[in-house]
Amino acid sequence: MLRAVLPRPALAILLVFVAALGLCHALGFPHGATLIVRTTTLALAAVSLSFLIGQGGLVSFGHAAPLGVGAYAVLIAGEFGITNILAVLALGAGAAAVFSALTGTIALRTRGVYFIMITLAFAQMTFYVAASLADFGGDDGMAIAARSTFFGIKFLKSDTALALLAIVLLALALALFGRLSASRFGLMLRAGKASEAKLAALGLSPYRHRLIALAVAGAVAGVAGVLLANQVEYVSPASMGWHVSGELIVMVVLGGLGSPAGAVVGAVAISLLDETLGHATEHWRLGLGLVIVAVVLLRGRDLKAVLTGGAR
Amino acid sequence: MTTALFVSQLLNGLQLGVILFLVAAGLTLVFGVMDFINLAHGVQYMLGAYLVAVGVRLTGHFAAGLALGLLGALVMGFVLEILVFRYLTRRDHLEQVLGTFGVILIVTELVRIAFGDAPIAFPMPQALSGSVALFPGLNYPVWRLVILGVGGGVALLLWYLVNRTRLGMLVRAGSTHPQTVSALGVNIDRLFLVVFAFGAMLAGLAGAMAGPLISVEPTMGDKILIIAFVVIVIGGIGSIKGAFIAALLVGLVDTLGRSMAPDLLKLMIGKSAAATAGPALSSMLVYLLMALILCLRPNGLYGGRSA
Repeated sequence: MLRAVLPRPALAILLVFVAALGLCHALGFPHGATLIVRTTTLALAAVSLSFLIGQGGLVSFGHAAPLGVGAYAVLIAGEFGITNILAVLALGAGAAAVFSALTGTIALRTRGVYFIMITLAFAQMTFYVAASLADFGGDDGMAIAARSTFFGIKFLKSDTALALLAIVLLALALALFGRLSASRFGLMLRAGKASEAKLAALGLSPYRHRLIALAVAGAVAGVAGVLLANQVEYVSPASMGWHVSGELIVMVVLGGLGSPAGAVVGAVAISLLDETLGHATEHWRLGLGLVIVAVVLLRGRDLKAVLTGGAR
Repeated sequence: MTTALFVSQLLNGLQLGVILFLVAAGLTLVFGVMDFINLAHGVQYMLGAYLVAVGVRLTGHFAAGLALGLLGALVMGFVLEILVFRYLTRRDHLEQVLGTFGVILIVTELVRIAFGDAPIAFPMPQALSGSVALFPGLNYPVWRLVILGVGGGVALLLWYLVNRTRLGMLVRAGSTHPQTVSALGVNIDRLFLVVFAFGAMLAGLAGAMAGPLISVEPTMGDKILIIAFVVIVIGGIGSIKGAFIAALLVGLVDTLGRSMAPDLLKLMIGKSAAATAGPALSSMLVYLLMALILCLRPNGLYGGRSA
């Protein structure tokens, strides 16, 4: 029955992540659950960006913005006493979707580098808006009131529970984007990416599809933001800085374009790099930079291709 | 707001504008000639400030240190181009964004290892550290006037180079018809190398000029990079003229916005609301300007080529 809902890569990722979680639990490695939540959250955001770039050719350099909007939804809702996870998830996803669609109506007027830059500009604007919310921490950000609950039950108190929720949501997102890519909707996005002129000659415009794709990807990034805020229990403007957007792009490209499962691999790789190098030296970004440059220069050998032993 | 304050803000805005132009010029030329989007350009700006600071410390003399530092920035431009960027020029924009993002991480960390996280002291020549009375009631720092002078001079020089020399002609031709220029026997890769290193030096000069006014730290490049991109996108990517006009526009809007927006808001929405909304709005003004311009002209003010 599970197979009917989840495509094979999503199922595989679900199982691998749950197994990793179980292993950490069995080996008495409590930090593992924290790491898995973080990785899964980043993977969720990366998968949504991978959908935009891979299917629609929409290279957003501001994908940290909907992520941050989702995180702020947790903070602000919490201040008003709303902590139910269902409500918070709906608020985070909804706010991020509305944000992405509104900025999308303007950003989609542009193409290529201009699109990259205007999405960056919108993310920067959001960053400054967040930094000016004096009631919600301003520049420094602030701690959330409490982790989300389920009708009063504090089932997300442990990182293990949070990790399970995140993994399930990631699998669902993979299934959603898989379905969307396989549908007529995905075909329109890919056709628009391949040649807008040819589509126009057929009397078709991919504008509506692109806008919806932006909104859906934004909503999923918003969900990632909700999870992230719950894990860290702290929300700050830094979560939508342009470095975060850059790292999300790195994950997508590192894992191989056009494959949502690849984005998960990219997110896992970056997280592990952060975790290992980051503990060994405070200058771990040097290593990250070297990896990125090496991957880009050795084109065609993305991580997935290296892992499966074949070139693209 | 008094006249003196307004004039000094106006000058500050123009001064920010010319610094932005120095950074944006290299960025837009490199994009124009090679269709290359270089996020690591902010790093060149940061390196320029550090190299000049080191040069001054080594030679004990500002002018000599400046020359040494700029030479260093030029060399760094060549080195980065030869090591990494020449392999990226024929890739798609996504890979360029990614590769140059990696370079930012590497260079920033190397600088951090060499000099530490904290801002370093940037020397300023004694003779230029005072201020002069432009008119009664307005004392303006000499260094800021120097920046205006140098920036204006470089802009004129660039105009001359691009519009009146053979090299400039190749750059202009290369930015609109790269294949044709290449087919006529011009080595466009070498042209790119020269333009790139020159742009790196200009960014380094901007860093050195800004050094005494801001804190010289490893992340200083990140802050200017985004604004420099806003400038070239507003001006139309590849257009020097557009970059110049957009740089001044952005400099003025940002500076005047920061000093005037809170007051204007106070009149419109009341004091307490303005106190919270003011800083956000003035930081956002530049991006709002860009969104507005791209909404009306999706290829920027002087965007000849759609990218």
